[in-house]
Amino acid sequence: MTTKFTYTEKKDTRSGFGVGLLEAGRNNPNVVGLCADLTGSLKMGDFKKEFPERFFQVGIAEANMMGLAAGMTIGGKIPFTGTFANFSTGRVFDQIRQSIAYSEKNVKICASHAGLTLGEDGATHQILEDIAMMKALPHMTVINPADYTQTKQATLALVDHQGPAYLRFGRPKVPVFITEDMPFEIGKAQVLTEGTDVTLFATGHLVWHAVEAEAILAEQGISAEVVNIHTIKPLDTEAILKSVAKTGCAVSAEEHQINGGLGESIASTLVRNQPAPLEIVGVNDQFGESGKPMDLLAKYGLSTQAIVDAAKKAIGRKS
Amino acid sequence: MADQSRIQELEQIASQVRRDIVRMVHAQQSGHPGGSLGCTEFFVALYHEVLDHKSDFNMDGTGEDLFFLSNGHISPVWYSTLARAGYFDASELSTFRMIDSRLQGHPATEEGLPGIRIASGSLGQGLSVALGAAQTKKLNGEEKTVYVLMGDGELNEGQVWEAAMYAAHHKVDNVIATIDYNRQQIDGPITEVMDSGDLRAKFEAFGWEVMESEGNDMASMLDGLAKAKSLTGKGKPVMNIMRTEMGYGVDFMVGTHKWHGVAPNDEQLAQALGQLEETLGDY
Repeated sequence: MTTKFTYTEKKDTRSGFGVGLLEAGRNNPNVVGLCADLTGSLKMGDFKKEFPERFFQVGIAEANMMGLAAGMTIGGKIPFTGTFANFSTGRVFDQIRQSIAYSEKNVKICASHAGLTLGEDGATHQILEDIAMMKALPHMTVINPADYTQTKQATLALVDHQGPAYLRFGRPKVPVFITEDMPFEIGKAQVLTEGTDVTLFATGHLVWHAVEAEAILAEQGISAEVVNIHTIKPLDTEAILKSVAKTGCAVSAEEHQINGGLGESIASTLVRNQPAPLEIVGVNDQFGESGKPMDLLAKYGLSTQAIVDAAKKAIGRKS
Repeated sequence: MADQSRIQELEQIASQVRRDIVRMVHAQQSGHPGGSLGCTEFFVALYHEVLDHKSDFNMDGTGEDLFFLSNGHISPVWYSTLARAGYFDASELSTFRMIDSRLQGHPATEEGLPGIRIASGSLGQGLSVALGAAQTKKLNGEEKTVYVLMGDGELNEGQVWEAAMYAAHHKVDNVIATIDYNRQQIDGPITEVMDSGDLRAKFEAFGWEVMESEGNDMASMLDGLAKAKSLTGKGKPVMNIMRTEMGYGVDFMVGTHKWHGVAPNDEQLAQALGQLEETLGDY
């Protein structure tokens, strides 16, 4: 198979956050970083080293970290909090809800190790419900970039974005296929390949798998349009409807529960505007387990092949 | 120390604030009078004497002292104090807890009420917020003080102790945290519900400078807040354990958790107002 995008190296998206934060710190003196004893894992070490007075070690106390960040915005700081996605959301949902979202504070909640690809640590840490929680909150923006480059772009874009935001990224090294010259805009879906038979909507790590699925489908004479939904909220409904108007059916793919995920947001958009077949690739109401990241994606039905199969099923449902 | 005539002026404001509290809660038959009445001296002294604040409200509070209310359910005393300090017209107090009001049941920013910088009500979060705001003051080179009030029942929440540990570790010495030590929480006396034990020893062990004060006497309140201010800037966060009586000022509400979240009926309202002089004009 020949993918329409290529890559020469694999990098972790969390490292994209790390370099993005460092650059953000250089560009804007109001950027501050907070971390709950995971500086290395979040790749916040370079920021800490260059801006020690703007880096706050919070210890293993995520609830306090969210409150601190909310308070720091009063007086103009732009706090970026860093910890694992599990501890960035489920553990502190009420703190985010009251002190950040309801209070409309300009806090950037930066969350690594999201999803199954955290790997061997297992289900206690593999949060698959974070998008559901964050997208349910009024005022909250939810971003799940596709690769290293896009995570850096998103981090930088958040500096100029006013309001609470959740930035989700991950642990494993994955293909770097987005280039710096590809524009990133919060809330704007990114059409990666144009097609006519089916739309493949994907977010986060699964965008690359959608790119691979497009190549496999092309070999079989099926033309797939790949759309990167890096911003899950606000959802680019216009781009979604435009693409499905052309292709007539769609697949969504995400490293998250089907319940409350991107697929449900797309389904809601389609049902309310122009109903069309949609197959949802996601975790089906299960917790994860220990294992190698790519093995876990395969076992839980989030592989490139799963997207290919879903595409054919969606096409078969077209009336 | 403030002179006697100033103390009398503040006491008169406090009397009006207490009238506002019972009238607001009575009007909607909803709200929290007990804790509000117990903290009236604190709020009046803070806003009319202690806090270095500007007349025009802005969210960033640059160049001002800041105040955060963590135990947001005592919103009536805060709303009345803010109105009587000129943040908005006292007539708006009549909208407390009504639909389309800026005076939400618990304080919020979404409706844009001047004086409120963060939502509170879900307990245990205010100290963290105050510490963050205080650190921003330091980063911005401001020598201003950040005040936060918490309930004693609220100390049950684990986040308070996360914040307490953080404050000492990071030497956030421009914060004055005050505990409304009325020894009551919803289900009863704190000694029965969840005994907080020796609060002075606990916060000292966490690395705080701890003082105690009397909360229902205006002269003592002013002395206590002056002392707290004098303890700032010395490398430690400051904890003011303020002894109050829930329901203070209305004899049948004093010293019991029963008026935590219960409104007076018409007869009880009349009885309460009979004990509270109208000094600034009812709204």
